[in-house]
Formats: sequence, C-alpha cells, structure tokens
Amino acid sequence: MKFAVIVFPGSNCDIDCYKAVEDTIGQPVDYVWHTATDLSEYDAILVPGGFSYGDYLRCGAIARFAPVMNEVVKAAEQGKFVLGICNGFQILTEAGLLPGALLRNNSMKFRCHSALLEVVNNNTAFTNQYSQGEIIDIPIAHGEGNYFCDDATLAQLKANNQIVFRYKAGANPNGSLEDIAGICNERGNVVGMMPHPERAIDQLLGSEDGKRMFTSILNAWREQHGAAVNG
Amino acid sequence: MKATVYVTIKQNVLDPQGSAVQGALHSMGFDEVGKVRIGKYLELELDTTDRAEAESRLKAMCEKLLANTVIEDYRFELEG
Repeated sequence: MKFAVIVFPGSNCDIDCYKAVEDTIGQPVDYVWHTATDLSEYDAILVPGGFSYGDYLRCGAIARFAPVMNEVVKAAEQGKFVLGICNGFQILTEAGLLPGALLRNNSMKFRCHSALLEVVNNNTAFTNQYSQGEIIDIPIAHGEGNYFCDDATLAQLKANNQIVFRYKAGANPNGSLEDIAGICNERGNVVGMMPHPERAIDQLLGSEDGKRMFTSILNAWREQHGAAVNG
Repeated sequence: MKATVYVTIKQNVLDPQGSAVQGALHSMGFDEVGKVRIGKYLELELDTTDRAEAESRLKAMCEKLLANTVIEDYRFELEG
C-alpha cells in the first residue's frame, strides 16, 4: 500500500505524517508537491497540517486550488483513502470534499495541548481499529478549529453517521458545533479532523493513541485488496 | 475599473474577533457599542470597461475564492 503526503508551501506537519506511516505500518510513502498532476500510483493521500499559502484569505482557501487538489478529488471519487489533518481538514472543507467550515476558536486563542476525543464512528477506513465510544488522547494545535455547518448539514452528518470524533464532553477546546473534532464524507473514505494523530504514535510523545489510525487504514486497504483478489 | 469587495461573517455565525473588539471597546468606556463584526475589505483593479461583465466575473471570484459562502456573505462595489 502506497501513501502520498501532499506538501503545500507552508505545510509543517508533512514530516510527522511521513514518519508516522513509516514508524507505525512501514509502508512506502512519498512527499508529493502541490504542483503534482498525477496521484494514480497512491492508495492513500494524507493532507497534512500547517499553514498552506500562509493561511492568507482563509485557512485552506488558496491551497484548495493547487493543481494537486484536482487529483485529490479524483482519488476521493475513486474511493481511495484521503485523510486531512488540521490545515488538511480546512483544505478538504474548502475543496468541498467534506461539508462545513472551520471558524476561529471561540476563545480567540491558539490551542496547543493534548485533547481527549470520543470515537463516534469506528466504521471508517481510518478508525476501524478503535472501539465505538472509546476515549483516546490526541493532541491539538490550531487557532481555527471551530467546526461549523448549517442545521440541514448537521442533520445529514448525524443521519449518515459522518461524525467520526467528538471532543470529550465538557472539553471542547474551540467552540466546535456539537463538540465535533472530525467528520467523514458519506462514503467514509474521506476523513478530516483537527487533532493530530501523527503526533501521538509513541509514548515518548505523550500518547500512542494515534497509531491505530494508521493501522486502521492498512487494515481497510488489505480487506479491500483481499476482497478484490477473491472477488 | 476598480472593485471593492467586502466579506463578512454571516449574522448567525459567531465572530470571536468582533466579540473581542466589542469587549475591548466596553472596557475602554465606549459602552454605547453593541455588536461588532469584523470582515475583510479587498481592492481589486480590473482590466475591463464592461460593467456587466465585471459584475459577473466578480460574483464568480467571490463565490469561488474570496468568500466561503458556508460562513461568509459578500458584496462588492464598482467604480469607474
């Protein structure tokens, strides 16, 4: 299984994502520059955190029009696995791959600390190794992670089980609607989240609860791959 | 032709920057200030003299890039 880590000017969690793939599941992984026009060789696309294009205008607004994003959309449509973390989540909402938008934290503060999350949906390619309702410890680091969407979209997210992670009750760090920390698309192959699982892959970092996001995806890919071979 | 574009957070969406400024104004004694909303102001120089064309192009620019219509409203003015 082959991973791409997209690198925009201003990405700063690309190395962490790359290392997380190497260290947790040992699969081949490449950095892919934002000008790339072909992602066909990759099975999973990671859109890392950072400050793409300096976050000018709005977080993710300019990155969304980088050439590589056409390919990310194509990959998502093909059912490949796409994970956007932090700025990557902002980019995926701007690109319309995920609904809603991220607003400035209601505290006006950049929040950078570990956060407890509840796994709400363990049926996605990225969360199948967690149990539903499990509380995990994954750090956050963002100034604009306050998830917002309109009532109709929220109803749809709930009806389709698209809320993947919530901040633990009473511990919402940014004012997110209904404590939402991460969501997926209807098909479940595109996930966006503000917390950073790639920074929680070893106890030395304070938590290894992020590891299972990477083992989940390898597991999901193997299941798909096996099914295709047997099928 | 010169265009000015104003992008503001929708009325039903929390504007923490506006709230912080409102709080600061109150603490300075400007108690008459009610709600404060902060937005973006953009100046664009357009290489066209066709007003109708400029308007339709501006609308496209706003909807595609300049505003995120999930959370923001926009309006623009044309001069010249």
